[in-house]
Amino acid sequence: MIRFVAQRGVESLLVLLLMSFVVYGLIGLMPGDPIDIMLSGDPRMTPADRERLRALYGLHLPIYERYGNWLAAAVGGDFGYSRTFNRPVLEVMGPYLGRTALLMGASFVLSVAIAIPLGLFAAVRQRRFADYGINLFCFAGKSVPPFWLALMLILLFAVELQWLPAGGIETVGASGFVDRVRHLVLPVLCLTLLNLASVARLMRAEAIGTLRQDYIRTARSKGLSERRVIWGHALRNALNPVVTVIALEFGTLFSGALITETVFGYPGMGKLIYDAILGNDYNLALIGLLFATLLVLIGNLAADLAYAALDPRVSLK
Amino acid sequence: MSGTVALAPSAPRPNRARQRFLRHKGAVVSAFVLLLVVLGSLGAPLIEHWLGHDSNKMDITRRFALPSWEFPLGTDEAGRDVLLRLLYGGRVSLLVGLAAALASAVIGTAIGILAGYYGGKLDAFLMRLTDAVISLPTLALLIVLAAIDLKKVGIPDSIAQSEAVSLYRIIFIISIVGWTGVARLVRGATLSMRAREFVRAAVALGAPARRIMWVHILPNVIGPVIVATTLSVGGIILTESVLSYLGLGIQSPMSSWGNMLSNAQEMLSQAPQLVVYPGIAIMITVIAFNFLGDGLQDALDPRAGE
Repeated sequence: MIRFVAQRGVESLLVLLLMSFVVYGLIGLMPGDPIDIMLSGDPRMTPADRERLRALYGLHLPIYERYGNWLAAAVGGDFGYSRTFNRPVLEVMGPYLGRTALLMGASFVLSVAIAIPLGLFAAVRQRRFADYGINLFCFAGKSVPPFWLALMLILLFAVELQWLPAGGIETVGASGFVDRVRHLVLPVLCLTLLNLASVARLMRAEAIGTLRQDYIRTARSKGLSERRVIWGHALRNALNPVVTVIALEFGTLFSGALITETVFGYPGMGKLIYDAILGNDYNLALIGLLFATLLVLIGNLAADLAYAALDPRVSLK
Repeated sequence: MSGTVALAPSAPRPNRARQRFLRHKGAVVSAFVLLLVVLGSLGAPLIEHWLGHDSNKMDITRRFALPSWEFPLGTDEAGRDVLLRLLYGGRVSLLVGLAAALASAVIGTAIGILAGYYGGKLDAFLMRLTDAVISLPTLALLIVLAAIDLKKVGIPDSIAQSEAVSLYRIIFIISIVGWTGVARLVRGATLSMRAREFVRAAVALGAPARRIMWVHILPNVIGPVIVATTLSVGGIILTESVLSYLGLGIQSPMSSWGNMLSNAQEMLSQAPQLVVYPGIAIMITVIAFNFLGDGLQDALDPRAGE
């Protein structure tokens, strides 16, 4: 167990290292040049200043040397400054990270809490009206463009009905707990709907398989109530693969969060990364992307651990 | 075992497969819907000719026009015909979806067969690579790839500035992150094929590895690949729409369902119908591809569907 975690930890670190090199290289290929951006802010700079600045920031070095320098600094805890915020990257990221955790956490809990009973219900009602309805709903959820769903929610609840605010995190001048919650409703609803479909569909498929097993027939024939059979025996066994997939889909959840945050103007990690990429804020984009990768890797590890914890037949080597 | 040779049950017989497909009503309806979408977008020039105006012609004086005989779905914020732009956009979205799905399938199949057939270190390396790509935050990475300045990669100005480059770029970047699912699938299928008698017989007869992979393994793993590829088209169309919505995908004046929505947020209160149409077009097409994949799964790979 400990060996397994250690081994996976090392592997994850390698992936992270690889990702950092790839992204470091890619970001250098984006339009614009950090020195040019600095120069454009100050008309008195001359071409000679330009060369001096390039040397100062080490931009004349080949890519692997620059990467090496960056890595050395990063390992030492120096992740650089954000160009647009003029503050250290980690300091900038803090509050954004918290808000994304809130958005993703709330949507995750809600979607799983709804999807598992929904999928189980569809499985019990296999090939009947409710099952077809839930199936169609899941197909729709998997097939809707995520940003368009967000736009439709805004159109319905903010433009037409005017029940909820269309974006942001609080009304200017009217800060309060209720106000903040009202701003959270639509983004959380959007991300929940996006995440719900795949979990419910999988839960349905697994539950159908489980309900055919011999031990379910045994449970029924020894006189257990249908409720005990489904919620006690079937759920527990169908849950294993579902939990694995839920954790593996953390990356998808993050992609969904990026889109949701962008449409609703919700200042979280996804929007921060997107703005940093488009705004040539190299350091911030790089660390943001690495952080997102780390999140997915932790999700994957959690999936393996959960699988072993739920199924006594699986042992981690 | 007595005199009879137990033949490995290879791909199910085609007429059974067709029966199973036809029993999946959603898939049959979807195939029909997709046929309509394809015909509509291929026939766009014809409809353009009937309507008698150019799909790219802007005219600010008639922006946000409501549906009429001249403009069956009205006009957009630049006075262009919405129906024609939807039909031409369908060409782009379908092309991106199909081309990127096909390219991903080719890459994934090659990697999967090589890993499964040779095993050992090559397998370990390729599967680690696959795992690594799977654990990347795909959308954020795609945004970086879509934002890259082509001139800095050494692509000449004349190409980097051309209209079609945004189309090829998006197909390319989606393919290079999209092959992982097929690679895992094919590797698994190859491993089980490799243990079958007919493959071992071919090895024993001294058939070269390339021939075994092409002639004996590939035809037997292609069923699940077709299913997975069909199922991936929908997701790719969604990805294209997201990137184009963010302004990083297909560039105007070429229209795609995604970039028709790039101004959506501003139009939401003024002309919500313009936001609704492309989204519905995307959703119907993606649902149809997902149902079609589901039906193909029942037909070609019946055990996996259960």
